[in-house]
Amino acid sequence: MTTSHESENQEMQTSVKPSSLADVANAKTPKVPGTAALGTGLETRGVHAWFGKHHALSNVSLDFAAGTVTALIGPSGCGKSTFIRTINRMHEFIPGAAMAGEVLLDGKDVYAPGTDVTKIRLQIGMVFQKPNPFPSMTIGENVLSGLKLAQLKVDNKDDLLEECLERAGLWSEVKDRLGAHGGSLSGGQQQRLCIARALAVRPQVLLMDEPCSALDPGSTLRIEDTIRHLSDTMTIIIVTHNMQQAARVSDYTAFFLSDGGPGQMIEVAPTSEIFSRPQDSRTESYVTGRFG
Amino acid sequence: MSTQELVIPVAREIHTEPRRSDKVFRGVVTGGGLSSLAILGLIAIFLAYRGYEVLRQEGIGFITHSDWAISTDDAGNVIESHFGLAAMLVGTILCSFIAVVIAVPISVFSALFLNFYAPSWLKKFLITIIDMMAAFPSILFGIWGFLVLMPSVEYWAKLLHRYLGFIPIFDMQVPVFTRSPFVAGVVLAIMIIPIITSVSREIFSQAPLDRIQAAYALGATRWAMIKAVVIPHGRSGVIGGAMLGLGRAMGETVAVFTVLNIVFQVNWQMLLGAGGNVASLIILKFGDASPYEIKALMAAGLILFLLTLIVNAMANLIVKTTGKSGR
Amino acid sequence: MTMTPAPTKPWAASPKDRMIDGAIFSSALLSSYLTVLATPMKGKLAYFACFFIAYAILTTAFKGVQRGNAAAKDALVNSLVAIGAIVTVIPAASILATVLKKGLPGISFGLFTHDMALATPTDPLSNGGLLHAITGTLTLMALSLVMSVPIGILTALYLTEIKGRFTGPIRFLVQAMSGVPSIVAGLFILSAILYPITKAYSGFMGALALSILMIPTIARTSEEVLNLIPNDLREAGTALGGTQWRTVAMIVLPAAKSGLVTAVILGVARIAGETAPILLLTGGGDKVNPNAFNGPMGSLPYYIWKSFNAGSPEAITRAWAGLLVLVGLVLFLFTSARFLGSRKVSK
Repeated sequence: MTTSHESENQEMQTSVKPSSLADVANAKTPKVPGTAALGTGLETRGVHAWFGKHHALSNVSLDFAAGTVTALIGPSGCGKSTFIRTINRMHEFIPGAAMAGEVLLDGKDVYAPGTDVTKIRLQIGMVFQKPNPFPSMTIGENVLSGLKLAQLKVDNKDDLLEECLERAGLWSEVKDRLGAHGGSLSGGQQQRLCIARALAVRPQVLLMDEPCSALDPGSTLRIEDTIRHLSDTMTIIIVTHNMQQAARVSDYTAFFLSDGGPGQMIEVAPTSEIFSRPQDSRTESYVTGRFG
Repeated sequence: MSTQELVIPVAREIHTEPRRSDKVFRGVVTGGGLSSLAILGLIAIFLAYRGYEVLRQEGIGFITHSDWAISTDDAGNVIESHFGLAAMLVGTILCSFIAVVIAVPISVFSALFLNFYAPSWLKKFLITIIDMMAAFPSILFGIWGFLVLMPSVEYWAKLLHRYLGFIPIFDMQVPVFTRSPFVAGVVLAIMIIPIITSVSREIFSQAPLDRIQAAYALGATRWAMIKAVVIPHGRSGVIGGAMLGLGRAMGETVAVFTVLNIVFQVNWQMLLGAGGNVASLIILKFGDASPYEIKALMAAGLILFLLTLIVNAMANLIVKTTGKSGR
Repeated sequence: MTMTPAPTKPWAASPKDRMIDGAIFSSALLSSYLTVLATPMKGKLAYFACFFIAYAILTTAFKGVQRGNAAAKDALVNSLVAIGAIVTVIPAASILATVLKKGLPGISFGLFTHDMALATPTDPLSNGGLLHAITGTLTLMALSLVMSVPIGILTALYLTEIKGRFTGPIRFLVQAMSGVPSIVAGLFILSAILYPITKAYSGFMGALALSILMIPTIARTSEEVLNLIPNDLREAGTALGGTQWRTVAMIVLPAAKSGLVTAVILGVARIAGETAPILLLTGGGDKVNPNAFNGPMGSLPYYIWKSFNAGSPEAITRAWAGLLVLVGLVLFLFTSARFLGSRKVSK
């Protein structure tokens, strides 16, 4: 059964999307230094997702090359968030959830039997829509909380703390008050704190679920800045409702749509092409603002 | 720029004159709301008024001495009387502390199980059982504790005594294990577990989902997530629940009376079959008390009332102050 | 359309995981059996304790080897919380089983049609019954309802609708009142009303004390229910030109109706088996007394108490039968409160 499905999925994939995303990325983005050192990236193969009987996402096959930023765009309810939650296995917390397909990180299926799910989530970090620092911890403790949660040992915590806050673009603002509580920061700062927190466990992939939707324009720009810097060293997948944001930060853009049934991935291409020469008419009407 | 000349207007007063029906409504509701104040005040006043004579005669000895005796002549006049609550107060505190020490860990664990481990059908079922237990009458716990629970608790008390006897509270001179404060404490623990479990479960279930997800997304195991998110969020609630349980255990009458062997002697050895409890003293002595002894019982009631009031007030304060820092 | 693959749950326990769990479970069983054999410990509780300790150690060790330190701690807590839940419900099961086992032999039709006016607790079971106790308990419940429901709901309305100067103190006092020991409530009525005014035991005295115990339950549950009513509804009412009184009476209270009924039933369930104040105040008569204001009145808790303390085998059986009836009553109230409460949520 499974094998027949797999071959079918592969056929589907080749028919929709003839050139592999990884090929395009290697040809188009020489800006990524040391791609090989970042692993071979992340691939999904025919991913479906269900909530109980509700089929929420159908047959998404996408490749995310190491060191690239991919934006997932599309109207509400098209399965973008569900999709990224299947990637780091947060999907399974919802009662009645089910899935099909494969998610391959460096070629290994994260859903393979016997996989330690906590290790997967260490490799694939996540930043949520609303900033959610731990209120009982200080800024410093928040950044290092991942190490404590997963019981990881680090030699020099202070260096790691500074590095992560620096990469998240927050160091200069908080270096004098690392002992303050996370809740004392502004919304934008809290979100960057959450990014720093995700970075501290050194994930290969960072998933961002509309990270700026709760923030003001100024904070949004700073986070976009952070994302561009981070993409030198990791693979980033960002869900966004904001097409300008997708155009500003991402190397590739995938368009998701639900026509009343399960959400589907309609088209994926380098970001400039999605916005200039979309292949699918539905993508075109969405990016030109005719619906959504 | 002429900011100096800018006159900031005085804020207009917005005033609504409520209609008469609303005035009546607000009056009635406020009156109803204040009834709790009135009832609590009246309880304190009447018990103090009735117990005043005994309290004045005994002075501080009423809570430091532990003999309870009254002799009357044939006409019913009091010849001599000594009323001291010390043994009963010690017993009240001992029994209720045993109960809380046993009940809190069990309740916290089962509250965590209900919220984060149990599948939903099991959760529903268990919550029903626990809420049902909270509604069981205390006389039921008392009789069940006496006839069913005591034999097995006695057995475990003997084990505790044999292997942990070197700790003073598990020590005893006379091997009498029946009807001890320990047995009463276990019965009380079973009575307050549902209370503490419900309070903890409620507060744990309010742990913010986004932080729970953040912890999981950082590679936390379930326990690591609970330690980082749920416990800091719920700590104050658990303490509040424990204090509520403590208050309930201190005021419990019938269950303790049924199980405990009431002896007017201060006893800190929890395994020894002798103890007391202010509430059960009242039931014990009420039946054939002379009018003067009734006054002593009223005074005892006043002490018990104040004790539980203080515990409850502390529970509220702890919840309030720790609630702020936990958020 | 292409074929959709079947939904799977790769995170669910695989057959291999189940086998390992089973193996750990049975080795824990075995080691608990052997421990009890080898040591002087005995009894069901010993088996339970040894089994849980063995199970916790084995799963912790296994997870530690398989996944490391964090997973080991997680597995340990897994077993601890399960133990907590089991220890919590074992007494409930034991209590219900005991009441059924010991109470059923005492239940007969005559029990519900006779009182104890002509029988003593030590008489054979065919003599007498607990009609007086049932009618007494129902009378007490009805009387305390009449007194406590208005006060309880008014208090809740004050806390949710008026939100005046005293909101903080009153919430605090209601909380404090719910902690008043039942015996203190009894003593209060004794000192404030029975001794100076009526000078005689009656059902009404008992009902007064029970009301004091019931008010905080009703007030607090009702407050929670009223707080669930969305503020938009109140604002809609006021914006339509309604007075606060009309808004509360015609919008807020009807919307909260079934929740309030639940609150009241929970209050009744709280006092149905209350014993201590009943012992002090009602006098506990042995025959049916329809007048709550005059003469001693029997009730189920008093009947149980009296029979249990009489101590003869017949009396103990009577006590268990009474307990069974009382538990049945409490469970009936409890179930109807649940039913109403859940129906409200589903709407």
